[in-house]
Amino acid sequence: MSDLETFRAETRKWLEENYPKNLAQADIDDDDDSIWGGRRAVYKNKDARLWLDRMAAKGWTAPTWPKEYGGGGLSSAEARVLQQELGRIKARPALMSFGIWMLGPVLLEYASEEQKREYLPKIVRGEIRWCQGYSEPGAGSDLASLRTRAEDKGDHFLINGQKIWTSYANRADWIFCLVRTDTSKKHEGISFMLFDMATPGVEARPIKLISGSSPFCETFFTDVKVPKSQLVGKLNGGWEIAKRLLQYERQNISSGGFGGGGGVELEEIAKAYVGEEDGRLADADLRARIAAHRMEAKAFSLTVRRIEEEAKAGKTVGPAVSIIKYAAAKLNQDRFELMVEAMGSQGLGWDGEGFAPAEIAATRGWLRSKGNSIEGGTSEVNLNVVAKRVLGLLDHQ
Amino acid sequence: MANLTEEQTMLRDSAKSWVAEKSPVAAFRKMRDAGNTDGFDRAVWRDMCEMGWAGILIPEALGGSGLDYLTLGLVLEETGRTLTASPLISTALLATSALLLAGNDTQKSEWLPKFANGEALGALAVDEAAHHSPERVALKAARDGSGWKLSGKKAFVLDGGTADVLIVAARTAGKQGDADGITLFLVSGTAKGLKRTKLRSVDSRGVANLEFDSVAVGAEDVLGAVDHGFSTLEAVLDRGRAGQAAEMLGQSVQSFEMTLDYLKTRTQFGQVIGTFQALQHRAAKMFTDLELARSCVEAALIAIDRGANDVPQLCSLAKARAGDVCHLVSNEMVQMHGGIGMTDAHDSGLYMKRARVAEATFGGSSFHRDRYARLMGY
Repeated sequence: MSDLETFRAETRKWLEENYPKNLAQADIDDDDDSIWGGRRAVYKNKDARLWLDRMAAKGWTAPTWPKEYGGGGLSSAEARVLQQELGRIKARPALMSFGIWMLGPVLLEYASEEQKREYLPKIVRGEIRWCQGYSEPGAGSDLASLRTRAEDKGDHFLINGQKIWTSYANRADWIFCLVRTDTSKKHEGISFMLFDMATPGVEARPIKLISGSSPFCETFFTDVKVPKSQLVGKLNGGWEIAKRLLQYERQNISSGGFGGGGGVELEEIAKAYVGEEDGRLADADLRARIAAHRMEAKAFSLTVRRIEEEAKAGKTVGPAVSIIKYAAAKLNQDRFELMVEAMGSQGLGWDGEGFAPAEIAATRGWLRSKGNSIEGGTSEVNLNVVAKRVLGLLDHQ
Repeated sequence: MANLTEEQTMLRDSAKSWVAEKSPVAAFRKMRDAGNTDGFDRAVWRDMCEMGWAGILIPEALGGSGLDYLTLGLVLEETGRTLTASPLISTALLATSALLLAGNDTQKSEWLPKFANGEALGALAVDEAAHHSPERVALKAARDGSGWKLSGKKAFVLDGGTADVLIVAARTAGKQGDADGITLFLVSGTAKGLKRTKLRSVDSRGVANLEFDSVAVGAEDVLGAVDHGFSTLEAVLDRGRAGQAAEMLGQSVQSFEMTLDYLKTRTQFGQVIGTFQALQHRAAKMFTDLELARSCVEAALIAIDRGANDVPQLCSLAKARAGDVCHLVSNEMVQMHGGIGMTDAHDSGLYMKRARVAEATFGGSSFHRDRYARLMGY
């Protein structure tokens, strides 16, 4: 048996013994049922906590991070096997975490040794829930025009300003935040800092979205004192880190896909609501559009796999990687449009009687998906990136 | 790009340089303008055979090199780049695959060595009407002593006018629309009672209409099992679809690169037009679709080589996605070049014409979307 097959067998056995049985049957209705960890985590299901602790003890919440920082120390091939085995038993994610998806990878690259030892193990264990302080009311697609100011006060920075679209800021313990430390320059005047959301002067106000949920906040900073040890990388060197983190964010959004819809395939939903004639969906036009969408989704997943295989073979990451955020956003939006359309009037409920939870989730998911082409870089910005960095087209003068 | 073996990389690279040197678009244009009625240049084909491309799939014992479909796909992608017209698809891919999948030893040793060395050409004759529909075979094969007599017609047969041997799908039982009752026959291109009409297609390739008037074939000319030829036919067609998709990918990538070059050099309003965001976004979307199409094409070819059970789905996926991107890119090529793109002197039109024919060959994108849905159970 190859090493990888041994690893698979061991992993399978470990999962059989350690994946809490009750968790498998638990409902996942919304984000509150997902395990995000943090100081204020509420575990509706105590097995969720148990599952997190067991996975974290092995470092498998961050499978490829080095063991010395609490990670699993797995190769990418082993990590893929772990993913496959988790998928096989339909395991719930042990931990949802911006710390793992976005912050950790840039800390590994840019943080001091001391910072890595301080923050990474806590991220792995889900002890700190992080939020992302990037966008501002006046700095969306043009992120580098951000104005939240961090003034050097000798032994600390003093932060004043406002962020917006801060995901889960009202539930997060800490923030990784872009601040302006030099007003005379644009990109070269930005620094990357970490601080505790419980620091006096921090206030997060949830924003209600068209889907009815409030995953995003406006976040205000008034004379927030941040110790200098919490600056990551160089002073005024934050833009490079910011961009790198965005790559991880876009990659994560794309390879994980935009969730929702309960994992039921579109054609199955359509069959249930539209019906079949001679083994085909009864609505020929809808059927054709579902097929085109499903083929695009397949082309997308084949592309994600191709990129992984190319990376595994030691090639540099190909240009295909830059298209995945754009493509993933479009696919998810198309999927929800088709899903709601297929459900007919059952896809048009808001809440209350007459609609199944999955139907409400589809409707809300459809509305939520409109953000996919905005968050983490708009589709237009993503296309700009492809045009300029990959295709070598120049800026308009 | 898939991870390639050393052999595949070498062959791809040699195809790339051969195409650039010996078979640029200008060569295709010259052939077209010379009024060539074969739809390919025989000297060019001899060259390709000498490099071993005609025998990529053919076992070494029969004069080929016994390589795989991904390898042939790589060559097709390169020849597609410059619109190289050749019997690679009709002979080296379709007819060869049919013989490899269903031929007996006698049939294989009669034809495959000749395919490999360029002595003979093959063609697959399936469709009879304007749209691809392999189940709709009506051309009748009636028992005649120990042999058969074929009567009916075939339409738009790729290299059908020049092929030495035609692989003809005929109906030996059942009715039009039944998958059962179809039999494949090997028919000589010069058989008595066969009338071949070479067509002048928009892409200047070799296609022909065939009429069969009691064409006699022997029992030894049945390829595979009587009445049960459909599964072989589908497998052959899938190989053709994947190969055609690879060729379309090549021509799409090339027309995209040419367009991108133009965006970087053409100046209007005092700057190169590639600085305009309206064009940048369209270019980025084309690039996205090209990358997605590449993944599908490679996955289909690799699935064939591995004998995977999702070959039909993946071949339909590859054919549909490559067909769509081929139209997208060739149309954008004309549009982004503006007036010059409308002229016969510019290559844009050649790419657009070829895209239209290649996309329709072995089922257009809508055929394959329908087939994909059927295969996936809806």
